[in-house]
Amino acid sequence: MNLSELFRIAGEGISRNKLRALLTMLGVIIGVSAVIIMIAISAGTEATIADNIQELGTNLLFITQSMGAQMVSRNTATSSTFLTYDDAQAINDAISGVSGVVVERDITDVVKYGSSSMDGVSVIGTTSSYAQVRDIAQGSGRFITQNDITNTAKVVVLGYSTAQTLFGDADPVGEKIYVGDIKLTVVGVMAKKGVVGNTDYDERIYIPLTLVFEKFTFSPFARVQGNQVGTILVQVADLKNMDNVITQIQILLAKRHDTTVENLPFTVRTQEDIIATQESTTAAFRELLAWVAAVSLVVGGIGIMNIMLVSVTERTREIGIRQATGATPGDIRGQFLTEALLLSLTGGLIGVISGVGGAWLFYKLGDMRTVVMPNSILLAFISAAIVGIFFGFYPANKAAQLDPIVALRHE
Amino acid sequence: MSQDIIIEINQITKIYKMGNVNVTALDGISLKVKLGEFLAIMGPSGSGKSTLMNILGCLDRPTKGSYVLDGEDISRMSREQLAHIRSRKIGFIFQSYNLLAQATAVQNVLLPIVYRRNGHISNKERLELAHQALASVGLTDRDNHKPTEMSGGQQQRVAIARALINSPALILADEPTGNLDSHSGMEIMQIMQNLHAQGRTIVMITHDARNAAYAERTFHLKDGRIEEDQFALPTPELSSKVGVS
Repeated sequence: MNLSELFRIAGEGISRNKLRALLTMLGVIIGVSAVIIMIAISAGTEATIADNIQELGTNLLFITQSMGAQMVSRNTATSSTFLTYDDAQAINDAISGVSGVVVERDITDVVKYGSSSMDGVSVIGTTSSYAQVRDIAQGSGRFITQNDITNTAKVVVLGYSTAQTLFGDADPVGEKIYVGDIKLTVVGVMAKKGVVGNTDYDERIYIPLTLVFEKFTFSPFARVQGNQVGTILVQVADLKNMDNVITQIQILLAKRHDTTVENLPFTVRTQEDIIATQESTTAAFRELLAWVAAVSLVVGGIGIMNIMLVSVTERTREIGIRQATGATPGDIRGQFLTEALLLSLTGGLIGVISGVGGAWLFYKLGDMRTVVMPNSILLAFISAAIVGIFFGFYPANKAAQLDPIVALRHE
Repeated sequence: MSQDIIIEINQITKIYKMGNVNVTALDGISLKVKLGEFLAIMGPSGSGKSTLMNILGCLDRPTKGSYVLDGEDISRMSREQLAHIRSRKIGFIFQSYNLLAQATAVQNVLLPIVYRRNGHISNKERLELAHQALASVGLTDRDNHKPTEMSGGQQQRVAIARALINSPALILADEPTGNLDSHSGMEIMQIMQNLHAQGRTIVMITHDARNAAYAERTFHLKDGRIEEDQFALPTPELSSKVGVS
């Protein structure tokens, strides 16, 4: 009995009950789709992260308030536990191997120009080297200068899409806009940067850091904090010098805030640390999905086994007839095993198609970057085959073991 | 002389265990069947004729004794080997036809070919073979009919064609007319008689003396033992009478 014969008989067995076959395959279809979508999503996330490294550069250090320290500082209310503009200046002045220091303090406000207005715009108070450190090109006009900082100039630089929304194709340089209640002069527009990580750089607008301190810090308590900032970005000239610069910064900050490096209420992280955090989140997500996929494949397998057992019972007489006409136990086992395999592989094939389609849907509707890996298709297919063989074996063996006399007498 | 013996069973015993009780279905039966012989096995139900049939058909093995079929001792063979023997040497005809319900006449006839080990036959040759086998039992226009689209007599002819397709050494018929009306039954018996005339060896189980009359030898079983082993020449007058009555 050759292979094509085996597949022909198995195919006939399946096609006799198409709806049941489809329902049987459902578990495998879902499992295989899950495997492919899961891998496509995590591959997409990894690709995004890799792009982020490219976009942001690996030579950036991020100094932020530690989560726990913020809570403590609220109780003690001492300014010494907050990160300040002075800290940034001290880092810039005192630490060697630093090619740029930028401060970010972001608020959210309404931006108005004439009759058009935008809610919830991210307004970044920053310093002059921001564009260089963040690697954003100037579209038109200029960026904030040291002069603007010193004079607390009422100027604003627009992100690409904010400028588009407010001014269309017209050049906004020289125009006046309102940010909150404050009237500011547009001095420049940034070039298109796009979304990096979770941030849409084109929707931001930039004002001098000192302007934030003076005009956009409303709470009296916050004013006491003075020149508190959200993030200090430090650009390190030489990548190899990274660890050394981190240590220097930690020592400097500890000294400035009357504490030790161990108790420092700030965290100094590299771009890679941030990425590592993101990746561990992705990994956890991926692991969860892997379990879901594995479970649904097993459930699919049990479904196949269940139906194959029913099928063996239903077709006992057929088995008897085949045995009487010369089928060996191996032939019978082969027939039912091939049927199970055919079911799981067909399910696998449909699963691959729906998995690739699902990954595309996630991309289209879920706004999630997905990359369908050819390996994942292979993996899903092989898993489906293994499930088919594993769960098909018991029913096939049961069929093979039937006594021909009993089988022939079966009604 | 010994080459002419196709079946040689010697002191065959078959004991079934039913719970704690041992039931002796066959109790030391010896029998020789010559090549080309048409043997009827008769006996009341419970006489062990089905058990004997199963052993002769290599569907079951004797508890004791030996069975040599066409030169091969099958009494201690594995299930696998028995399947090979069935494939090569035995063609079955059952009371209830035992055709695959979803397969056409041709597909049913070709079933033994599917499980044949020796020599590949092309699809075209297979169809030709199946067609010939069906024609030899008088079915020429039912090749693609399914069993449900055929009468009982036609189904049994398909089953006979299936039994013939591998040119087996032995044709085993178990009450071949049991489910048929007397007219179809007579037609089937005439086909059997033709097969016998062509030199086929046939062993037929029946409880119908009129069917047994077609055989040249009748073997009576009772309580697992041979009661009578009788040689008789079938008379054409008798066979036609049987058909009419």
